[in-house]
Amino acid sequence: MTTAPPQAAPPAVLPPAEIPVRARLPRWVLPAGGVVFAIALYVAFRNTALLPHDDDAPQFHWLNDVRDWIDENRNSSPVFIYVINYIRLFVGQIADLFTTALQGLGWPGLIGVAGGLGWLAGGWRIALLSVAGFGGVGALGLWEPSVDTLALTLTAVVLSLAFGIPLGVLTGRSARVRRVVTPVLDVMQIMPTFSYISPMVLLFLIGTPSAVIATVIYAMPPAVRITALAVQNVSKTALEASDSLGATRWQTLRKVQLPLAKNTILLGVNQTLLAALSMVPLTALIAAPGLGVDLLKALARVNVGLALVPGLAIVIMAIVLDRMTRAAAAGGRRRGPSRWAVGAVIAGAGIALTPALAADFPEDWQIPIVKPVNDVVEWIEFHWYGFTGFVNDSFANWILNPMETTLTTAPWWLVITTVVALAWSISGLRAALIAGGCLGGMALLGLWQHGMTTLTVVLVATLIAMFFGLLLGVVAARSTRFASALRPLLDAAQTMPTFSYLLPGLALFGPGRFTAIVASVIYTVPVVIRLVEDGIRGVPGETVEAALASGSTRGQLLWKVQLPMARRSLLVAANQGIVMTLAMVVIGALVGAGALGYDVYAGFAQREDYGKGLAAGVALVLLGIMLDRITQGADRRPRSRGLQSVP
Amino acid sequence: MGTAAIEVRGLWKIFGAKADRIIGSPDATLEPAALRSKTGCTAAVRDVSFDVRPGEVFVVMGLSGSGKSTLVRCLSRLIEPTAGTVSIGGEDVRAMSGAQLRDLRRHRVSMVFQHFGLLPHRRVVDNVAYGLEVQGVGRKARHEKASEILSLVGLKGHEESYPDQLSGGMQQRVGLARALAVDPEVLLFDEPFSALDPLIRRDMQAEVIRLHREVGKTMVFITHDLHEALKLGERIAIMRDGAIVQVGTPEELVGAPADAYVTDFIRDVSRAQVLSLRWICRRPEDGEPLDGPALPASTVIQDAVPAAMETDRPLRVVDGDRLVGVVDRVDILGAVRNTIRATQGAV
Repeated sequence: MTTAPPQAAPPAVLPPAEIPVRARLPRWVLPAGGVVFAIALYVAFRNTALLPHDDDAPQFHWLNDVRDWIDENRNSSPVFIYVINYIRLFVGQIADLFTTALQGLGWPGLIGVAGGLGWLAGGWRIALLSVAGFGGVGALGLWEPSVDTLALTLTAVVLSLAFGIPLGVLTGRSARVRRVVTPVLDVMQIMPTFSYISPMVLLFLIGTPSAVIATVIYAMPPAVRITALAVQNVSKTALEASDSLGATRWQTLRKVQLPLAKNTILLGVNQTLLAALSMVPLTALIAAPGLGVDLLKALARVNVGLALVPGLAIVIMAIVLDRMTRAAAAGGRRRGPSRWAVGAVIAGAGIALTPALAADFPEDWQIPIVKPVNDVVEWIEFHWYGFTGFVNDSFANWILNPMETTLTTAPWWLVITTVVALAWSISGLRAALIAGGCLGGMALLGLWQHGMTTLTVVLVATLIAMFFGLLLGVVAARSTRFASALRPLLDAAQTMPTFSYLLPGLALFGPGRFTAIVASVIYTVPVVIRLVEDGIRGVPGETVEAALASGSTRGQLLWKVQLPMARRSLLVAANQGIVMTLAMVVIGALVGAGALGYDVYAGFAQREDYGKGLAAGVALVLLGIMLDRITQGADRRPRSRGLQSVP
Repeated sequence: MGTAAIEVRGLWKIFGAKADRIIGSPDATLEPAALRSKTGCTAAVRDVSFDVRPGEVFVVMGLSGSGKSTLVRCLSRLIEPTAGTVSIGGEDVRAMSGAQLRDLRRHRVSMVFQHFGLLPHRRVVDNVAYGLEVQGVGRKARHEKASEILSLVGLKGHEESYPDQLSGGMQQRVGLARALAVDPEVLLFDEPFSALDPLIRRDMQAEVIRLHREVGKTMVFITHDLHEALKLGERIAIMRDGAIVQVGTPEELVGAPADAYVTDFIRDVSRAQVLSLRWICRRPEDGEPLDGPALPASTVIQDAVPAAMETDRPLRVVDGDRLVGVVDRVDILGAVRNTIRATQGAV
């Protein structure tokens, strides 16, 4: 006879019968069952419901017709005559103004002004860097296109800030504005650079104004976002103190919020500058002048040496402008007229030299790099081909092609159902519906097959980037020495314009999908590393001590404490990684990665392909939104469940 | 004059959606926790009424979450009250327009904050002059005034420093100077010293007492520290769950706590240091000698100890010429012992 020993029975809230049934089913059964079911469906229905690609799809023709209709009405519709055309004129004139001014300074004058600004921003070090940097740009032998690029960049930055900072201030001060602006910024940030160039052309034609406006759209979100954040982060007590002394809203803004937010806003300026500099070269696709022209020409010819010259020029300018603005943002309270005087003297010295020196950057000072670089590339092609070719081929044969085949031969309804189910389980119903809608949209645009191909490349590149990023991030978080060795590399990576990542892959592996993947990985990994490292280091010291004090090994500490607590950062890293990878894969079209990116690219080049290019741009945005929603929800879900009641 | 400097009647502050519908409904009588679970609203201040006399130091004390910081912000509408009236100098604050309210804050009521609320990008002198600056006072005049106030709070010579170059105590002196610079009728203090070290806190309390003596402003002082309340307050209001439990002088609170909550609050207080002889004197027993030394009834018990030690006669407690009662050594020791027992109990 055994009677169960009397236990302190917990207060029965649920009928006990319900618990065991649910508890018996292990958590992995449902997902695993889903996977098996999906595979079975794939095997059964492979090569049915395919939505094959057609370059002459009616959708593309329809978009071409839209373009033609707009072109016909450009000079008669009031919208164009009174609004769009004026915007185009206005933006074009500002750009001309900047170009004329910068060209007018002459190369000694511009170098001098850069030095003076560098001095004002951060003293001698930055002044020297600026002079050396701009001198270096001259030495690369591309002074004129460099100045054009700089002028376009500055135009775009000035416009971005003129709209972005006030909008950011409004967003920071009003929760209502924030609710409207934030989702718009979210989408803008997901959009791959290529996608909004085509609609610009539709409205503003090709040329400088379109280029500047596209750049403004790309570069403004960080200005808005960071300004809003800066204004929001101003100490609540300081605001209350200002209120309590009877300051008006305007006084509080001018005397408290803006001065306190100033340094952070300067960081926003920095981000805007770098974004603009990364976008401007790409606008050569729509006939904007500058270094982009040389770059695209060289990339089209797969001439690494020739591409490296404008690439280096842009990288150097990016580094100089980045250091300058960051030094300005970090600057404390330095006052006094003497600083201005020294800056003015440096700038004045340069300007004074302009009439004295030759108008063009002296040829003797130019350093030829095209040939030596190409020699190295040729040497690599010749001697390493066995290795690079092997990597390239086996990657294609074993990973890319099978995956692409799977995605492109699966029936469309199976892909959509699988993605919706996946999104639902990770991020909830809303994300699932959005993801399904995006895929459906891609199918309706007539770009299903190309979308699947691009998706394959993005997924593979993201997985690789996440693998290396996690690995290096964990190592960096645990070894301070490794982290400090890595930091300059990560800093440099954040400054580099997007397309410059294409060059190393191009040198090693030649044009193709794999180069795009290599570029995406190099582009994405630094950000993932940083997020992972910050996440792990962000675990409170006391928690780590508590874990160590209870005898955890370093491995247990990592798996049981640090990684779970860094969950949010890891999910943000995945989200960022996937969005960045998409952006890069698209640019990979410049070096022969096909599919959607190439469709957009071709749309700029061929008049009859415009419709397809525009559709591909939209498809890319849909792809971006889909991937973002699927991964972003994973990070939001637990918070919204746990902490919602806190006011 | 007889008018109160600050008059608060039936003041409510409820955070949450549709908060104004709760007042007057049966929900208003609910406990805060019950109210929150039923309506999702938080009642931070519940039906509070009190008067502050001109020139008085009025302390509001309570534990964190008792609503005292919300209450003080309602006085100058940094937080908009949900219901009730507040009048300062006889003017209805809640009826004021935006401009009138700014005028009130610029000239008549200023505030000292727990975390100072200094502006890190401005020099000390510009921090102190901020209130004058937003009024539109010229640079020279406001800097003169600021320097004058800075020497009043003992910060002469620090005009050109930046706040982060000063210690916490000095930063709060800047906060104090900023509030004083506009020469207000009323000073509001929101736990101004709780972020400071104990020794510096004591200095700052002495400073407030000194300033009160010198400038004679009406002060409303929020604190969670009972000893600070007893030291500074001419009258003290004890808050709990958004409502005032008791208002009185320190003596009244310690001698006659209104309920168990206040009793628990004041149990560590040394009665011999707060209460006067009035609270422990008794009728002389038959045959007790009445020729001992006479002490005024308002003498604090502790201060009667030397007199009691010098004589074996009971002390006569007098109010003017009238005999109120007597106390002997046993009575005094009893008052001291109560304190010791309570303190030990607490430890």
